[in-house]
Amino acid sequence: MVLESPDAVAERLGATGYLCDDALATVTYLALRMQRPLLLEGEPGTGKTALAEAVAESLDLPLVRLQCYEGIDATQALYDWDFPRQILHLRALEAAGGADVTEAEKSLYDARFLLARPVLQALQESPAVLLVDEVDRADDEFEAFLLEVLSTYQVSIPELGTVRAATPPVVVLTSNRTRELHDALKRRCLYHWIDHPGLEREVEIVRSRAPEVSAELARQVVGVVQGLRERGDLVKPPGVAETLDWARALTYLGTAEIDLAAASATLGALVKYREDADRVRHALDQMLRA
Amino acid sequence: MDRGGDELLLAFTRALRAAGVPVTHDRARGFLEATAVLGLDDQRATYLAGRATLCAGPDDLDRYDRVFTAFFGRDGLPRPRPAQSDGVPGFSGLPDTDGSGDGGPAEDDVVRARASDTEVLRHRDVATLSAAEKHRLAGMFATLRPRPPLRRTARHQRWHRGQVDAPATLRASLRRMGEPAEIAWRRRGVRPRRMVLLIDVSGSMSGYADALLRLAHRFTQASPSVETFTVGTRVTHVTRAMRSHDPERALVAAGETVPDWSGGTRLGETLRFFLDRWGQRGMARGAVVVVFSDGWERGDPALLGEQMARLRRVAHRVVWVNPHRGKDGYEPVQQGVLAALPHCDDFVAGHSLATFAELTEVVSRA
Repeated sequence: MVLESPDAVAERLGATGYLCDDALATVTYLALRMQRPLLLEGEPGTGKTALAEAVAESLDLPLVRLQCYEGIDATQALYDWDFPRQILHLRALEAAGGADVTEAEKSLYDARFLLARPVLQALQESPAVLLVDEVDRADDEFEAFLLEVLSTYQVSIPELGTVRAATPPVVVLTSNRTRELHDALKRRCLYHWIDHPGLEREVEIVRSRAPEVSAELARQVVGVVQGLRERGDLVKPPGVAETLDWARALTYLGTAEIDLAAASATLGALVKYREDADRVRHALDQMLRA
Repeated sequence: MDRGGDELLLAFTRALRAAGVPVTHDRARGFLEATAVLGLDDQRATYLAGRATLCAGPDDLDRYDRVFTAFFGRDGLPRPRPAQSDGVPGFSGLPDTDGSGDGGPAEDDVVRARASDTEVLRHRDVATLSAAEKHRLAGMFATLRPRPPLRRTARHQRWHRGQVDAPATLRASLRRMGEPAEIAWRRRGVRPRRMVLLIDVSGSMSGYADALLRLAHRFTQASPSVETFTVGTRVTHVTRAMRSHDPERALVAAGETVPDWSGGTRLGETLRFFLDRWGQRGMARGAVVVVFSDGWERGDPALLGEQMARLRRVAHRVVWVNPHRGKDGYEPVQQGVLAALPHCDDFVAGHSLATFAELTEVVSRA
């Protein structure tokens, strides 16, 4: 998994269908070399989560995903004990008759009753890619906990002992900036802001991710989407994911060239707000006439 | 790597710090490490290494780009001296006319103020106060004790009635070697609801900016989930400044961050920017949003109405605070207010300490 330059990283990621610019390739390369977590921020639908998947695929490592949400705590991120099975085990011992009490107790905290949650799983399976998705949704306390794990790459379980990663996992954190992350966590990480791609790159992305879309249509779709992003009056400008959805939707309807009827029928793939739908219909009308 | 290179890079981090990017020592070390990995001969690589290690948000990226260009130039040849004045983004401090700076004259009459004066001062319009009175009022802000609004959480707490807490019950029975034990109960927990304060700092509100920021400081100190923004011609995130315990320091820090004191008002546009960049993603979601503004809108009132409607759809409750509301003969006739009013849950006054106290009540019940 040793890659010798940012270009090599870009190439490997490109082979999996994830096209990135030199900035992202360099940051990814640094994250791998310096063994630091990578913190990705940016508009929704610019490929933050997809990067982690691409890194895992290109390095041939398992991807462990931890989806954060409000109220997530250590038992959902690290490990938990399987209580019902422990009780069953006790009952079984009892039925078998006369087990030694200390022995019985010891057998309760066995690795087979341990439910490994994503972080522990990533440490056990390492080398692996650990994706901590939408970390901004979790609470401050969880961030502090994450910081502890990310700085030592080890977890101690009082009943079993310490689990340490042989090689630190590649960690990718994504955030939608619904709240400012704590500085301490940010300092541990390499930071990168992912922007919407330019015209040429987005066409390439559509071509590589959705090969069924014709080159002609891809170029046309991306042109329209980029035009819409530039307008700046949409509630939620379409991301790359929406571009892909729309291009596919048009292809499945057998559209070779965008016209107003086909566009109206498939608009739900591109914009998700009623206000936007009206604006886009209007804009498309102008664009297609021009 | 040779030491000269390191020194140059460290000088660059100092220039960045002067420009307002919070570069800490360990960040600087990370930068050196990253450039060591990438090599120093490639300027683009140095640029990217710095971006990844020294910046912490999109606000930093602009400053970083400016300082990098000023420091290393576009041609890749390091200049002997960093042009610091280029790198520091233009800002003006808090206007001196507020008379609220640190210290201030501790005049004798201030100390000998009687209780009845205090009561009068509580009801005076803050925009009409003299410097000495403002100084006294600043101290009185400490008497405001805002209680944050609450929301129920997804997580449960142990309680003596409510739902059965199955895991806890099982755990208790496990301790008794599997014998059924007492039943544990739980209920949904409560936590402070997020609050977002949007403070208009345009020219027409300049008399109130100081007091409103003090109020924001009180809110921030009372609850960990308060986010403060100033709006005018731009949107500035000042939560970090408000976290400082000392109100004077908090105000000075805010003054250094906000670039558009006493400018114009384009509420509609700035609100849209806020919603696009922060609000809709989650910051305003389920939050109590308080807008402090007099509603003098230079932009299109229709846009303001549209954005207020959007804000209300994501927020839990929208409160509009208008300093003129509590005054005699006030009618909500400004176009901005007319456009925004249908989308507000509460429309309250906010020109004196007494009305601020009422506002904290409204907010805590939200």
